[in-house]
Amino acid sequence: MKILVCMKQVPQKDAPLKLNESGTWIREDVSYEVNEPDAYALEEALRQREKHKGEVVVITSGPARAQQVLREALAKGADRAIHLEDDKFVGFDAFNTAKAFATAIKDEQFDLIFTGLQSDDYGYAQTGVILAELLGWPHATIIMQIEKNDSGIRVKRELEAGYFQFVDMPTPAVLTIQSGINKLRYATLIGIKQAKNKPLRKVPLAEVQAAIGENLQKIEKLYIPQKTKKTERIEGAPAEIAKKLVDKMKNELRVL
Amino acid sequence: MADTILIVVEQREGKLNRVSFETITAGQAIAAATGWTLEAAVVGAASVAPEIASKKLAKVYAIESRKLAPYTPDAFAAALKQFLASHPAKLVLMPHTYQVRDFVPKLATSMGRTVISDCIGFKHESGKLVFTRQMFQGKLAADVSFTSEAPWFSTFQNGAFRGDKAEDGASAAPVETVNVEIADGVIRNKPQEVFKEAKQAVDLTQAEVIVAVGRGIKEQKNIEIAKQLADALGGDLAASRPICDSGWLPMDRQIGSSGQTVAPKLYLALGISGAIQHIVGMKGSRAIIAVNKDSEAPIFEIADYAVVGNLFDIVPPLIEEVKKAKG
Repeated sequence: MKILVCMKQVPQKDAPLKLNESGTWIREDVSYEVNEPDAYALEEALRQREKHKGEVVVITSGPARAQQVLREALAKGADRAIHLEDDKFVGFDAFNTAKAFATAIKDEQFDLIFTGLQSDDYGYAQTGVILAELLGWPHATIIMQIEKNDSGIRVKRELEAGYFQFVDMPTPAVLTIQSGINKLRYATLIGIKQAKNKPLRKVPLAEVQAAIGENLQKIEKLYIPQKTKKTERIEGAPAEIAKKLVDKMKNELRVL
Repeated sequence: MADTILIVVEQREGKLNRVSFETITAGQAIAAATGWTLEAAVVGAASVAPEIASKKLAKVYAIESRKLAPYTPDAFAAALKQFLASHPAKLVLMPHTYQVRDFVPKLATSMGRTVISDCIGFKHESGKLVFTRQMFQGKLAADVSFTSEAPWFSTFQNGAFRGDKAEDGASAAPVETVNVEIADGVIRNKPQEVFKEAKQAVDLTQAEVIVAVGRGIKEQKNIEIAKQLADALGGDLAASRPICDSGWLPMDRQIGSSGQTVAPKLYLALGISGAIQHIVGMKGSRAIIAVNKDSEAPIFEIADYAVVGNLFDIVPPLIEEVKKAKG
């Protein structure tokens, strides 16, 4: 099975974010990490390859810094990587990102493409489904299990409120992977060493430019959300805070 | 002719998803601001049309084909694309549910259009319509506009508007059935029956006090102090998704969009940053106390009482004080 995993580098979860001068994006000088659901997507691809043989390829778009997620993926066991490298990719909407990916892989023949179910930065939850439509492939979203069968694959979709559903579908297909589908592995020292010699293809913006149009949506303004709720800060030494909280629980919230 | 806003309500297995009323409230607000005509459509379940038609809407469409049940993204996208070709809309609104997330990006892409997804509000200023959505897990908000031609697609986050505020119409809106043709071969997925995993052992929806832990708990063994606090309070222990994903607590203790939705008298969030997916499951709590060392954690946006500090410093004395108070 030949699997492509789309991965994204996003600001670290607890990184303090600052707005840029025009208030349209964050300042880039923050720490980054791999988008969490994408890490699960990679893990699932590696497990499928262990079961069925084949190849795992990872792809990302973004500036030079984004190469880090590919290096980590190679260290964990991915076979090769594709980096659409340009600062401009950061500002692409999901439609353009998917078009760039579709163009970059046009000469490849994958059986499956995995993405995380959404990104921690934009949170559009769309790129995988758009990519499927651009490729003319079927897709399924929020996947918790993947089994190969004679006619293609059987996947387990997570629905809301504790419901699930199995779906049989042909391949090639795009699946968006839910966090928690598996247990993540760590990169080994040997893996990290080997990663240095694995192929990483860089795709400049010019190579995909012809497929890219104007973004179909535009961030007019990015800002710190206005607080709608009155929050009381409880301060002091830990023992003091504990006393104050118990006082609130007893006299205001009446749960004690 | 005035522009049209079309709300696509959600049905699952022939039953109306109540979150659709929130989308109707949103649509009514946008219609009031823009003067556009408001219509609704239900795909593949005409039986829910009358329930929708009681709301203040110009018209309700029942989009029908026997290929629309069971739900598949291929059939839903094809049906709506066909419908929109004969019934042009300026703006198409839907709730941001798992089902909508499954087909609306496909639908929009097939029409060369885009979706502004998971919105929490809108603004209509000097003739321009922008949608507000959360970014970076709720740390920032963005006003986003469409730069493409209509139809514009937009989805609203659960709880962004109040479903009980959807206005009733003076009389029932007319319902029109529109049959669509879905060619053989369009549907590629074969969905099986929807099912629930083995019964949930824990029902947190009835809990009066919930102590919930997030990543800030650091290690599985540390969950013990949260459990002690929950026990002292006579409450239940719960967690955010990453904790359950790691197997530190069973999945049936998970609060959020993929877990349980709760509304206790007190929700005590320990080391939970407050990702949107978690917040939708607990923001209805009567009171929220949040303990987190990151003063910018989004959980503080919705907390009644905020403690910026290390939970490992705060929780042990808190357990003692609670025990004392209980006598």
